[in-house]
Amino acid sequence: MPSTTYGKGLRGLALATLITMTAALVLVFFYAPLDQTQGFVQKIFYVHVPLAIISLVGFVFGGVLAIGYLRTGDRKWDMRSYVAIHMGLIFGIGGLITGSIWAKASWGHWWVWNEPTLVSFLIVLLLFATYQPLRFSIEDPERQSRYASVFAIVGGAFVPLNYIAVQAATAYVHPRVLTLTSANLPPSMGLTFVVSLLAFALLYVTLWKYEMAAKNARSQVRRLRRTLLGDDLARPAGRSAAPL
Amino acid sequence: MRTALILLRKDLRLELRTLETVPAMVLFALVTIVIFHFGLNQNAIDGQLAAGVLTVTVLFAAMLGINRLFVAEREQGGFDAFLLAPVDRTAMLVAKAAALFLFLAALEVIAVPAFGLFLLGPSLGPPLPGLILVLALADLGLAVIGTLVSAIAVHTRARDLIGPMLGLPLLIPALIATARAAGPLLAAGHPASTPPTRWLEILALYDVVFALLAYAVFDFLLED
Repeated sequence: MPSTTYGKGLRGLALATLITMTAALVLVFFYAPLDQTQGFVQKIFYVHVPLAIISLVGFVFGGVLAIGYLRTGDRKWDMRSYVAIHMGLIFGIGGLITGSIWAKASWGHWWVWNEPTLVSFLIVLLLFATYQPLRFSIEDPERQSRYASVFAIVGGAFVPLNYIAVQAATAYVHPRVLTLTSANLPPSMGLTFVVSLLAFALLYVTLWKYEMAAKNARSQVRRLRRTLLGDDLARPAGRSAAPL
Repeated sequence: MRTALILLRKDLRLELRTLETVPAMVLFALVTIVIFHFGLNQNAIDGQLAAGVLTVTVLFAAMLGINRLFVAEREQGGFDAFLLAPVDRTAMLVAKAAALFLFLAALEVIAVPAFGLFLLGPSLGPPLPGLILVLALADLGLAVIGTLVSAIAVHTRARDLIGPMLGLPLLIPALIATARAAGPLLAAGHPASTPPTRWLEILALYDVVFALLAYAVFDFLLED
């Protein structure tokens, strides 16, 4: 078992996240102008879109890390991939809820089928929701890691493909006030958006490192307990889909 | 390639002798059509609704085949025998996907005319060539993704649950494209004679990408 410490640099990273997040919130509330048509509620955009983008990037990141596992067969890559997808799911559920709130406030419905980004996001989330059940239903740890990695790679490739298909399926009904590429996002809004995207990206990285550190520490403690107390007295591992 | 052909022949012979999968898929599809008749309370449907019903019927029937695809290999030790043989493991992917494709084609030979007879408002004749093209592309996607998902699911404890749970979301983009491509073909009045190319392209792109992806990862699912 490698004795990599994922806690290294965690404090600095956490501080950077805190500062960027505060800066982002200050910009959101005091700097970015109110949207002319949607008013105050449009500010949820600075939370919703970064959450969703980071979540998708997290899924793809999990797939890339899974390639590492299949190439090396080293369990730590599987753990990294697991944590990346786990965090992606949490961010994704946040993105879905904030998106729903935004939809209700600006279009009057909790769910809007003709918003392709929202729909494709739901499909991706439905797919990745099966990641943990899949892990649970394979007992052999080595096979579990291998199959979960295959799933992560397929899922990571599915993210962009799914987006293309759903995008093509939907004619835009609503005006796209806020697209990343178009020039109709005023510079002040653009700056706020970039800062909050950075803040959420940092948050993701911090949480990823944090969970890795915790998982690593827990497995080391369990190993020490087992050597000191013997196999019988060491508490059995709790129910978790994470690789041990 | 020769190995794949031998494996495919074995699968087809097994199916012809036991008649385990395809008849079940066909019956399931027929029952689904009847259920749609009552569920929608319609005697005849057309256009996008008809395309959707046909797509869903084929998809759910395909799920039966996908769940059964590797069961014999696992229960009768086919995996072990295959791994012992000095052959390329990709042959298994090619053979199983081809078998599933043929099962789906056999299913559609019966299910599509039955759908035309029971539920479809406009005549099935004119849109048939276009429909065959769309269904062939859809079957390709179903076969590739189905084989991949089935190979993952067969080694899990809850294999009948994991298969559809993984497979359905992965297949959604292919289904969107299939239903949208078939919709104009089945329209009442003046149906289109050819399916919209944009959807055919998306379907084909999906098939190609997943075929490459399955090719890349399939070996890891057989390793032991």
